[in-house]
Formats: sequence, C-alpha cells, structure tokens
Amino acid sequence: MKFDTPAGLNPIDKGRVVGKAHDRIDGAAKVTGTAPYAYERHDAAPNAAYGWMVGSGIAKGRIAAMDLRAAEAAPGVLGIVTHANAGKLGKGSMNTAPLLGGPQIDHYDQAVALVIADSFENARDAAKLVRIDYTSEGGKFDLAAERPNAVKPPEGGFGGSPDTAVGDFDGAFAKAAVKVDQNYSTPDHSHAMLEPHASTAAWNGDKLTLWTSNQMIAWTVGDVAKTLGIPKANVRLVSPYIGGGFGAKLFLRADALLAALGARQVGRPVKVALARHQIPNNTTHRPATIQRIRIGADKDGVIDAIGHEVWSGDLPGGGPETAAQQTRLLYRGANRMTAHRLATLNLPEGNAMRAPGEAVGLLALEVAMDELAEACGVDPVELRIRNDVQYDPEAGTQRPFSSRKLVECMRAGAERFGWNKRQAKPGQVRDGRWMVGMGVASAFRNNLVGKSGARIGVDAKGQVIVETDMTDIGTGSYTIIAQTAAEMMGVPLEAVTVRLGDSRFPVSAGSGGQWGANSSTAGVYAAAMALRAKLAEKAGYSVDQAEFEEGLIRHENKSQTLAALAGREGVWAEDSIEFGDLDKRYAQATFGAHFCEVGVDMDTAEVRIRRMGGAFAAGRILNPKSARSQVIGAMTMGAGSALMEALDVDTRFGFFVNHDMAEYLVPVHADIPEQDVLFIEELDDKSSPMKAKGVGELGICGAGAAVANAIYNATGIRIRDYPLTIDKLLKAQVA
Amino acid sequence: MKPFTYSRATSAQEAATMAASTQGARFIAGGTNLLDLMKLQIETPTHLIDVNPLKLDQIEKTADGGLRIGALVRNTDLAADKVVRHDYGVLSRALLSGASGQLRNKATTAGNLLQRTRCPYFYDTRMPCNKRKPGSGCGALQGMSRNLAILGVSDACIAQHPSDMAVAMRLLDATVDTVGADGAARSIPIADFHLLPGDTPHVETVLKAGEIITSVTLPKPIGGTHVYRKVRDRSSYAFALVSVAAVFGKNDASRFAFGGIGAKPWRTADADAAAGSGAKAVAEAALAGARTTHHNEFKKKLVEQTLTSLYRQKEARA
Amino acid sequence: MIPVELTVNGRETHLQLDPRTSLLDALREHLHLTGTKKGCDHGQCGACTVIVEGRRINSCLTLAVMHDGEAITTIEGLGTPDKLHPMQRAFITHDGYQCGYCTPGQICSAVAVLEEIEAGIPSHVTDDLDKVALTDAELRERMSGNICRCAAYPNIIAAINDVAGGAKA
Repeated sequence: MKFDTPAGLNPIDKGRVVGKAHDRIDGAAKVTGTAPYAYERHDAAPNAAYGWMVGSGIAKGRIAAMDLRAAEAAPGVLGIVTHANAGKLGKGSMNTAPLLGGPQIDHYDQAVALVIADSFENARDAAKLVRIDYTSEGGKFDLAAERPNAVKPPEGGFGGSPDTAVGDFDGAFAKAAVKVDQNYSTPDHSHAMLEPHASTAAWNGDKLTLWTSNQMIAWTVGDVAKTLGIPKANVRLVSPYIGGGFGAKLFLRADALLAALGARQVGRPVKVALARHQIPNNTTHRPATIQRIRIGADKDGVIDAIGHEVWSGDLPGGGPETAAQQTRLLYRGANRMTAHRLATLNLPEGNAMRAPGEAVGLLALEVAMDELAEACGVDPVELRIRNDVQYDPEAGTQRPFSSRKLVECMRAGAERFGWNKRQAKPGQVRDGRWMVGMGVASAFRNNLVGKSGARIGVDAKGQVIVETDMTDIGTGSYTIIAQTAAEMMGVPLEAVTVRLGDSRFPVSAGSGGQWGANSSTAGVYAAAMALRAKLAEKAGYSVDQAEFEEGLIRHENKSQTLAALAGREGVWAEDSIEFGDLDKRYAQATFGAHFCEVGVDMDTAEVRIRRMGGAFAAGRILNPKSARSQVIGAMTMGAGSALMEALDVDTRFGFFVNHDMAEYLVPVHADIPEQDVLFIEELDDKSSPMKAKGVGELGICGAGAAVANAIYNATGIRIRDYPLTIDKLLKAQVA
Repeated sequence: MKPFTYSRATSAQEAATMAASTQGARFIAGGTNLLDLMKLQIETPTHLIDVNPLKLDQIEKTADGGLRIGALVRNTDLAADKVVRHDYGVLSRALLSGASGQLRNKATTAGNLLQRTRCPYFYDTRMPCNKRKPGSGCGALQGMSRNLAILGVSDACIAQHPSDMAVAMRLLDATVDTVGADGAARSIPIADFHLLPGDTPHVETVLKAGEIITSVTLPKPIGGTHVYRKVRDRSSYAFALVSVAAVFGKNDASRFAFGGIGAKPWRTADADAAAGSGAKAVAEAALAGARTTHHNEFKKKLVEQTLTSLYRQKEARA
Repeated sequence: MIPVELTVNGRETHLQLDPRTSLLDALREHLHLTGTKKGCDHGQCGACTVIVEGRRINSCLTLAVMHDGEAITTIEGLGTPDKLHPMQRAFITHDGYQCGYCTPGQICSAVAVLEEIEAGIPSHVTDDLDKVALTDAELRERMSGNICRCAAYPNIIAAINDVAGGAKA
C-alpha cells in the first residue's frame, strides 16, 4: 500500500481497541521470566558451547603477535576464533570499525578473539590465557583538542546536510537587541540497557540461525551476510525479546558475528554475551559534543537570528552527532544557520543512542532559550510560545508542519505542573536545606517513517495471527500491533496472536529513531486491508461496504464469521506500507513540553529531582499505557544525562574508563519520584493511516534541559558542561 | 576466575592454620567483593575456605558494656540490630547508606572491612596499577581520578577505601578481633588495621598470613547525636564522593570520621579537637596534608560543605 | 566437580558443579531456569535477584556451592503465566516494566522488600530507625539496587503499593 495522500476516515478511527490503554500482551511472559532472550535458547539450541570475547588492550595499533597455546590447552577449550583463522570477512554496511579486529586495531576492546569452551567458566578463564603483544600507535582521543581539526562531514545520512543557512545570520545576530552566545558540552553516553549484547548461533550446513538481541532484523541479516560473505537467504535471525536497546542493538555487533564464527569453527551451537565491562568500549556509544549556540532576538524575545554549531568526533569513516537538527525546525527566525563538524577520534565507535541528535542538541538549545528568556525578562514558557512557527522555518510557508502542537503542550503542561508558582528570579525558594527551582524545556523529535511489511491471517478458530520482523525492545510493539489487528479485523485483543522478530517474516521498519510504532502498525494496517478484501471477496460482499466486528464480516443484514470463512486452510494476506513524499511536503515532528522541579542542597549541592511532568503531542497515541511508560522512561534517561551520565575518557590510553555499571551511573529508583504525563489529543493524517507518530524518543528530548534550567532557577548557577555534578556546582558556587 | 579448590571451615583456628599453610588460599564469607574481583582475575585464589559454617553471626554485649559483632554478621542484620540502632546509630546509618539491599543481605562485617578499592585502573587488568600488580605504575595519578582519595595517598597509589561501615567503625574506635595461624588471638584497634599505600599499596591491612577476623568489638556507647552523611552522584546505590560520620556530644566533645577521601577510613585527633570551632575548622584539620588532583580537588570543598550541613542540622536540633 | 543440592522453588535438585559456578549460572545454565537474568554479573544492576532462605540477594555474586542444602525462590517459583503471583499481576496492571529484562529481579526484590518493611528493618531514608513505615520514599530507596534502564520506576512503585495495600486490607 502506498501512502502518498493524507489519510481519510479509516477503520482505525473507530478507536474500539486502538487508542485505549491496554496491558501488554507479552506481560505474563515477562513477569514470570518465561520470555526467552537470546542467550537463553536451551530449547532451540541445546548443548550450545560458550564463547568469551577477548577485547583489545590498546586503542590503536597492531597486533604484533598472538600466542594461543596456553588458552588452547586450557580445560574444556573447543576452539579460538581470531582474525588469522576466521577467513576473509567483509564489513557490515552499518559498521564503522570491523567487528573482529586484527592485525589492525581500531579501538579499545575491539574484539580480537573468541574463546569457545564447554562451560562458561572454562571459556572465561581460558580467555585470560590468550597472550597478545601489541604495537601501539597512539591516537586522537580528546574532542576539545581535536576541535580545530574537525571537518565538514559528507552529505547524507540520517541528519541530512551537515550545514544549513537561511537569510543573513551574521548580520541579523550582530544587530539583535538581545543576544545569547554560549558554548555547551555533552559527554559520551552509554546505552546501558540491562541485557548485554547476546547471541546464540547454530549452523545447519551452510545455513546460519542467530538467536540474537537486535532491533533491526533486516539490516542485520544483510550485514551478517555481507560480513561472512554468504547469501542473505542463508541467514535467519530470531529476536523475539530484546532486553533493551536504545540504539545499541541497531546493528550487527561482535556478539553475533563471533557466535557465528565460533559455531562454524567448533561445529556446534555457540552462544556469546558481552561481559558488562566490555560493552562501553566494544560497542557503540552516543558521541560527546561541543556546541555553540547564538540567538538574537528583539527585546520581547522574538527570535530573528538563530545559529547552532556542533563539534563531535568519531573513528575514520564514522559520522557526526547531528545535534543541531532540532534547531532547523523548532523556532522562528528569518536568519538561521546550523553546522556540524566532525573530528577524527580513535575512541570506540560513536553511533545512535535514543534520539540521536536531539537528545543532546536540546540539552544545549533549551538552556540557551532559558538564558534568552532571562535576558529578555520573558517567562520561559511564554518565550517558547512567542517563537512558535507552524512551518519549516528553513523552507518557508510552503512546507507546513503536518501537525504541531507545541503551544498547546506548553500551555497545558504549565497549568498542570503549577508553573505559575515559579519565581522568575533564581534562588528565591527554600524548603529546609533545599533550594527549590523549576525549569521548562521544549520537547522536539523528528517523525521518521519507513517502509514496513506484515503478514496477517485468520484461522478456523477465528484467531488472527500477525507476523512481521518488527521488534519489541520494551516499546510495546506486540501490544500495539495486536491492537491494530484487532481493530482492523473486528476481533477482541485476545483473539490476536503476534509473532515478531524473525527474519522469516515480512520486513518491517524495525525499532529505531521512534519510527517503529507508527510505521509497523501502518504495515499491519496495509496487510489487514488486504486480508479484509480477501475475506470480503470470499464472503461475496463488497469490501467497501462490509463491516468487520465481533468476529464477523457483516454486510447489510447478512454476516459470516471470520472463522468459517478462514476454513481449515486459513486465509492470509501480506502487504507493506510504503511512504510517498508527504514527509517532504510536510515537516513532520513530535512536540512536547517538559517541566521539572528540583531541590539543590544549600551546602553540598546535591541535586534531587522532586517531580517531573510534561505534555506531549505525537499523533494518535496507540496505547496510552505503554506510550506513557516510554515517555517516563525517556524522561528518566534525560534526567540521567543532566545529572550523572558520562563516559570518562582517558586521553592517554584512549578508552572509556568507567566501563561498568558501578562506575557509569544511570538513575535508580531513588532518583525518580513523581512523573506526570499528559498526551495532547492529535491525529496526524499525513504521517500514516494510523495518524500516529513516534513517541519513544520524544520523552528524552529536552528532559535534561528542564532539569538544568530548574537547577539554575533554584540556585542561580548555570553550568553548561554536562552532567551537572556536585563538583561543578560547588566550583561555581565558590566562584 | 581461575580454578580453585573449595572447602568449608570447621573452626576459626583450623581455618587460619589451613589458610596459612595453603598456597593461594583465601577466606570467603559473603563473597560480594571477592567474587567480583575473582571474575576479573584481580583476585586469583587457588583455594577458597568458606567460613560461613563458623556461625560467627552473633551480636552480644561485652563485659564492659560494649558490643561484640561476629565477623559473619550480615550488614542488614547489623544495621537492624536493636542495640546498634539505639546506641551506635552512626553504624546503622553508615551501613544502610552502602550498596543495595541485596548486597547488604550477603555482605559481612569482616568482609566489609576488607573491601578493596573501586579505582577504575585497579579494575581494568590491562591498565597499570601498583595495588593489583606491584611495580606496574599508577594509572590513576595522571588519569581519571575524580572518585579517588586525597588523604593518605602516595606516589604509588591514590585509591580510595570504599567502605561506609568502616568509617563508622573508625569513628566508634572499634577493635578487630582475630585468630592467627598459631591459634593466638589478638585485638587490633581499627585505626591500626588498615595500612596506607606508601610504596606497597598491595598490602592493605596488618593481617598476617592465615589470620582470620572473628569479630569486631565496639567500646561502650558514647551517647551523643549520631549522624552519617553520604554525598554521592546519585541518590542511592553509589559509592561516596565524600561521607562524614559524626557523633555530636556535649560540650563540643564531638568526633568525626570520613569516607570517600582517604586511602583508609579517615579520622584525625585534630579534627575532633576542632569540633568547637565549627565546620570550617574541622574540615581544615581533617584535610591536613591532603593531596589532590585536578579531578578530585573538589572533595576538599565538599568535606567542608558536608560538615557545614551537619553543623547546620545540629544547630537546628538544639 | 562438587555435588550441590539446592531446593529451588520447592523442588530438590542435585547438581555436580564446577566450584566457579555462580548461583546465577547454576540456575540459568544448569537448571535452565532462565527467568533470573544476568545483566552485569558483578552486583551492579540487580537483574539476578533471587530469594535465598527468605532473603533477596544478587545470585551473580555468590557461588552455588556455598548454598548447598538451601532453599531458593526464583521468579519461576513465584508464579506462572496461568497462576500469577499478586506482585506479577500488579506489574502487568501498572506497566511496571518495558523490555522485561530487569523485571524478574525487580519482582523478587519487591516481594522481599515488603517483608523487610514488615520485619522493621530500617533503610537509608528511615528517619527514626525504630519506626519503619511503608512510604514511597522507603520503596524507592529499597528498590534502588534494581536498575531499570527503561525506567518504569514510578510504575513499579505503584505496583508494589498495590500489592501492599491489598495485603493490608
């Protein structure tokens, strides 16, 4: 099905199942521990041997010599995979550095070997016996030092052009009555999902099955085939449950490749999970940024010039962190510029983490807006309302937003949060030892869409079955797909079975960039329309006039059950949604307003979030229950980025030092009290037949800035170097 | 984790004798730190003596009104003990600020005293670390040292002692009771129990080969107001940047001990003596000889600010 | 290899184990009870939380051999899809999870936390060490050893409160 004109009234609009809060249909499996994750497939791959990855001990250089003798002789060892015996490997199109290093080493903890043994304990132990001599070549590890050497990256990629310019930014900024010109920095972040990267591999002849933890089945099938040099048809991926991803599992990574190589070498299934302490340096991370923001406004805060420059680094061949993305679309201003510059760094591979671009771009932009509000003496909520723009401000009025409810979010969110109790002047509110403040920030995340397919059938019992390679990484895909199928076929939710995450199923959009929910349910919609047509034809009814409800297909006063029509064979249909140019003709994005109240200890500068709240507009909310969870979870990750999350770079050795969960801190229960979420009613008919948009990343976008602005309001201290830790706050307090 | 043999202890002395005579033997109690380190081969015992069967899990009053705490008393039980809650509140508070409920249910009193540093260069076996591999150098001194020690450090090592419990024990003048391989019992004042790194950061306590901790004894209660304030980067389940254990008594008879800043649990007579002069004076006295890096210099200010907060609360109570 | 007898979820099991085997790996790899999760294997995340002899612990930081003869309750022992434990039911009702990976540990912890509060064991946020009350602040502190990166935190607290309220009534 081609989606190239705005959606009219369609079966989803009935809203019988879609749009209602439902418990997750995979809930019972998850709360009882019976949902099988990738390393737990005793059922599918019994007798799997255990692989333990050996990571490089240097950041850049070469392996001079490897001595495997002691490891090979260790108890239970079945084999060792290295570059020397793995055969010729390609490199996945989504990978920057090879997943199996050697002799060249591209980053610290790049995989250099897999030790396979009959037990986990034997594999882990033998891995320590692999002796490697390196020739280190040093490298570049310090973004601030490399900033002058950063270059304009190539065109293309998810962020679009590296640079944009409209009007006369320099001239307008120079003339502006009120100016903000500040630098901000954000550190490298780690996804830190709870399930490590893990895979179980088994070969049957030349056919490979990988039970793995992966967000993007089709991408990864392609990259497995490319890396191993085998046909895609010989690769099957199975990924029904994924213990969190946040972008870390978008791609083929070392666990899956090494499991496949190991299983081939030892002639038996092999499973590999990365050890927690290997993950930050072996896998991808969100790159650090340095950002400069300049905003020129009139005395009422109306923006005339806005500029956002971003510096980040990556391995050769890598890409920039597109942190200026939102600045192209969020606020008005006739004179604009954005620029991304990319430095070469020999740190581990930088790549997507939840809301790449916006998550850290808004940490800077929304603090700059707070600074502008203060400079103009305008309330920060009002400032954002004044600078709302209903069209793409770079393209002009001919490219309107498909729907944009930032102002509604700001107003409703402010009222619900009690924003009117905020004191504009910082440092005015005390509660015992706590200095109390409130902050606000806009939420913005692009709405991406992607082709997505599904197969849907009905069986003789009237059960509807949906199959798609879409994944559920905690996002609630199982449930919203079931809701979509139930709505379309006129059956209760319980009558729908959803099967996900298998490359034997039709290719979906997958989970990433908050495109999954809208695109994959639209794919199910398309397949269901095809199934409706087949069933109507079988029933002898006109599909345009047939109603699907209560397990029946009805036409005028006649009806037949779906079960009867399905018969013993069942009836199946397959289709996909393909998106036309509506996302070119219309700017499509999701919006929101974040509010936060913090307490800052007057002596020690400990920060405690007291409450967070927000209002969000993201098209049709398919399942308000799981959507709310997505939003609060993302708000928490945003709070983490404001207060504690940072991979610390050792610029001598070139690695992330705090590479475990004791040292890389993420928020715990005690950090997160009350969170309130309001969804603003919105249907976006230009986004998809579902009239939905993504919501999984919107919640992180701006959340951290609201925390930072609340700290400023509480204390009068403005820190522009994230995270806002005690050491920085104390230093500023003294100064 | 290197292969090891495993046995269960039947008596403290037998365990000590066995440990002294068996190359590479270590005691295991809660295991929450030892197994963590063994998995990374930072600790590589070849024989583990499980001391859990020793039932050293009693808490009992001593003849002189103090409290004897069995070496195997779990952190949870020690914190929840009625006498400890009432008479040694700072110890309960310190324990409860450490780790997580799950870890406190397993971690023992003796094991907590023997907890090793959280320095990230100690934890990554490919990095230089004099504590882990004597003579290999210190990765932290010129590296990322934000969480590391500023007191009692040396050119060889700036690792911090991570314990909260031990800080309270230091404040309360506990003694560590042991049995040696020769069967001799001794009591070691906690001030002398931990060693400063000097040139030998791998030697962390005065325990001799095989010597086993059987209990920790607290002197009779000192009264006063007990507080433990731990400042960290998140609200719970994190190691201290700075922690202060304090007992505020009458007539400025107060005492202070510090965590997160020392190579061992830190306490100085000068800081106690300065109690009457306020937070700044106590901080100055406690921090005498502090040696900071660019990354952890803030801890000096944070010590002062944490004390300021405690004094403020004390005055509010008065 | 060392013989180890464990009573897991009421069933006696007899294993021959390498002494290096953690309780977590004994459950997951030897007994195929994969409901208990390995998130970090170093006591930093809480995903491996099980209840041993009535107390919640991190099963990754203990050796199976050290629990010879002991009783262990895992998520599988609390309830099944057909017969959910009230805490499991409440986690579904309140959406106290997303990816599901930390969930078994959260639930085991939550069940034990209510017992700890009932037993009067204080926590870091208990004002008066003699007066332990069931409050949101207490629950948040006590659950902090279970990290949820999807961050269903408020929903988890709601689920626990739901069960605690039900138990009181």
